[in-house]
Amino acid sequence: MYEIVSKKILNPTVTQMEIKAPLVAKKARPGQFIILRTDEMGERIPLTVAGTDPAAGTVKIIFQIVGGTTEKLNHKEAGDYLQDFVGPLGVASKLEGKKRVCVVGGGVGCAIAMPVAQALHAQGTEVVSIIGFRNKDLLILEDEFEACSDKLVVMTDDGSYARQGNVTVPLKEMLEAGERFDEVITIGPLIMMKFVVAACKPFGVPVTASMNPIMIDGTGMCGGCRLTLEKDGKKVTRFACVDGPDFNGYEIDFDEAMSRGRMYTDFERHAYEKACNLFKKAE
Amino acid sequence: MAIIPKKHEMPTQDARVRARNFLEVATGYPLEVAVEEAKRCLNCKNRPCVDGCPVNIDIPDFIKLIAERNFEGAYQVISHSSSLPAVCGRVCPQETQCESKCTLGVKFEPVGIGRLERFAADYHNEHAAAPAEIPAANGHRVAVVGSGPSGLTCAGDLAKKGYSVSVFEALHTAGGVLVYGIPEFRLPKSIVAKEVATLKELGVDVQTNVVIGKTLTIDELFEEGYQAVFVGSGAGLPNFMGIPGESLKGVYSANEFLTRSNLMKAYLDSPDTPIMKGGKVAVVGGGNVAMDAARTALRLGAEHVYIVYRRSMEELPARKEEVEHAMEEGIDFRLLNNPVEILGYQDPENPRNPMNGFVTGMRCIRMELGEPDARGRRRPIPVEGSEFMLDVDAVVMAIGTSPNPLIKDTTEGLEVNSHGGIIVNEDGLTSRDGVYAGGDAVTGAATVISAMGAGKVAAKAIDAYLMTK
Ligand SMILES: Cc1cc2nc3c(=O)[nH]c(=O)nc-3n(C[C@H](O)[C@H](O)[C@H](O)COP(=O)(O)OP(=O)(O)OC[C@H]3O[C@@H](n4cnc5c(N)ncnc54)[C@H](O)[C@@H]3O)c2cc1C
Ligand SMILES: Cc1cc2nc3c(=O)[nH]c(=O)nc-3n(C[C@H](O)[C@H](O)[C@H](O)COP(=O)(O)OP(=O)(O)OC[C@H]3O[C@@H](n4cnc5c(N)ncnc54)[C@H](O)[C@@H]3O)c2cc1C
Ligand code: SF4
Ligand code: SF4
Ligand code: FES
Repeated sequence: MYEIVSKKILNPTVTQMEIKAPLVAKKARPGQFIILRTDEMGERIPLTVAGTDPAAGTVKIIFQIVGGTTEKLNHKEAGDYLQDFVGPLGVASKLEGKKRVCVVGGGVGCAIAMPVAQALHAQGTEVVSIIGFRNKDLLILEDEFEACSDKLVVMTDDGSYARQGNVTVPLKEMLEAGERFDEVITIGPLIMMKFVVAACKPFGVPVTASMNPIMIDGTGMCGGCRLTLEKDGKKVTRFACVDGPDFNGYEIDFDEAMSRGRMYTDFERHAYEKACNLFKKAE
Repeated sequence: MAIIPKKHEMPTQDARVRARNFLEVATGYPLEVAVEEAKRCLNCKNRPCVDGCPVNIDIPDFIKLIAERNFEGAYQVISHSSSLPAVCGRVCPQETQCESKCTLGVKFEPVGIGRLERFAADYHNEHAAAPAEIPAANGHRVAVVGSGPSGLTCAGDLAKKGYSVSVFEALHTAGGVLVYGIPEFRLPKSIVAKEVATLKELGVDVQTNVVIGKTLTIDELFEEGYQAVFVGSGAGLPNFMGIPGESLKGVYSANEFLTRSNLMKAYLDSPDTPIMKGGKVAVVGGGNVAMDAARTALRLGAEHVYIVYRRSMEELPARKEEVEHAMEEGIDFRLLNNPVEILGYQDPENPRNPMNGFVTGMRCIRMELGEPDARGRRRPIPVEGSEFMLDVDAVVMAIGTSPNPLIKDTTEGLEVNSHGGIIVNEDGLTSRDGVYAGGDAVTGAATVISAMGAGKVAAKAIDAYLMTK
């Protein structure tokens, strides 16, 4: 069992927790993730390592409440325990040798992007961050990004805060104005990442996208997280949990990934409603 | 006394009933039947059956004790050679192992060795009370990677010799394929849980949620003071066919399908983990894994389940009993057929239709068997122009697995062969000093009993190695 050491509500749908897991805390690098189960009958869900404190043996996670398991997780408090917590999984992001990088995050993807931006900043890379949210209420981690970015642009879809529009708008402007990046790193909804890749293509900037397919084991055993890449004109299958989650954006079949991501939509809606009803009854 | 020509029948749940539940199919010999079956054994002087068992259980001896109604004695004989009799008695492919060598089998049906082994083990589990004695510690520490049959056996044998053993398991439950792969109706989870509990009583420290190669590396295990490591990480990496449509929604690897059902308990009524239920399901492959996936699909509520296999009934590699059970339950065997493409739904009017991308069918081609290959198996060859459509909603690929590269990739100097199997000598020693390996991680997907045997061999070698230290 793994103790929840602290809990902080970042916004109405995003929560941050620190979990006691010393082995993971010692090992995890930016870009890696963990898999947890809240209870004996629970689902295994992947969440990115949003920071570690190796001395205290804690791992930070930031999650958005989107369905049954994240709802159950959000009902846990500091001092409660998680049934399982395994990691670090996946390959750490490759950040060495980069002089100037643009980090593009969308929604809760910003939580996944943050440790990467921080690591880049810490190694002396010049970081330009573009973070986007649907509206002002959903904004998270602005201060954290401010602290680790040489330049920060905040966008909201509806214009309720900062600048209105998609993250691709300022990205295109910068690229068109001749700004150079060694790499664009994008993390967020699949549709957003697809458009980030499209925006970068005419300029030939390398794009790395962090993929979040549905996972179970996270060790390469089930193949459920597979995605199709096109490498040198040939289609190849890769497992996001062991080969990723970072992939070359230009090679990813985003349409297929979006379709696979919706496999259990009906089931998930039921599970979410069930979890919500359960907590309503309990209250 | 006249010889009874046939094995005593194994009582089973009625096929129509069991096809809709997850309770064990075969319910086990009642005591009197076991005694009668044991009496069929001729107690042959040359003991051919023993040679057929990969761990050389003293088969005639334990069977004689059952005939004499000394059931606990029979169990003790078995447990000299096997640590998992309740498992192997249920899942061993007896017809190609011990029972294939049985003298009685020349003229009649062989003795039901597996069934008797299961009986003795179940009897012991029901009646034995005394908890295992904890041996005196010898001061040496050994780490075991993976909690499948090879790891559990190696850990148990070493613990009995006084080693302090830690087992590291990547998943949240110990047991390997026995818990995530083989379904409840064939091997109840409680049997595996009992084996793990017995190990813990012996003082073995079982740590779940530790992925070796990620959470800790093999080198770090040595740094932490373990003096030898046994790698029993299995062959869990699923193969796909590489045909179009394999990433459609509703196409699963057998590992994913079975893991969702077994380990994640989708087979129970109210789990959180989703799985596709109902509809028509095609399972591609002909081994035990394929049978398990097909029968699981049926029990989850599928209206029709096909096994699509490219060779004929004769080559079907699954245990005979599972094939028979599957047929009784109504699984539709489409032999000498091979998939060439999986098709999905696409609404031409509405790209946002949620049904888009779900499987609607599988295009197959008929096969015929050509000349035997180097291994003597007749090679299937496609019959030109024989393509046809199978109308299905889900496809499960059960066409084999390979060893996971995670440990190889993170352990310098650990040599593997071209299939990814860890290279070992006859003692189970790898190319790294103090690192031993066995089971599917070495051989590729094989059997429970061979994995267990490899765990035993390695435990003996590790003991010899550390005793010189
Ligand atoms: C490598 C990786 C890292 C991730 N890191 C984070 C993170 O740091 N913070 C965070 O909030 N989320 C993260 N996710 C997504 C997170 O795993 C899902 O939100 C979670 O599994 C949803 O579980 P649920 O039961 O609450 O919702 P469900 O009921 O299972 O799903 C609800 C909605 O979430 C979508 N969804 C389901 N599973 C996933 C998934 N694996 N990835 C993305 N969307 C999914 C569904 O399509 C559905 O729309 C990550 C996913 C991966 C694969
Ligand atoms: C569906 C199915 C049905 C089968 N039916 C039969 C049958 O009827 N009869 C029969 O004899 N055989 C059967 N087999 C084969 C048999 O189960 C295997 O040969 C046997 O389990 C192999 O044992 P093992 O100890 O080598 O590995 P496994 O049982 O595969 O166990 C390996 C364990 O190691 C863990 N692991 C892997 N990597 C790591 C890591 N890096 N760190 C920590 N832990 C790790 C895995 O999670 C797993 O728990 C079947 C297999 C399957 C999949
Ligand atoms: S372990 Fe398997 S092969 Fe050996 S006697 Fe038992 S059933 Fe037969
Ligand atoms: S070969 Fe058959 S009959 Fe002979 S001892 Fe073995 S089990 Fe008994
Ligand atoms: S999550 Fe199972 S293989 Fe990646």
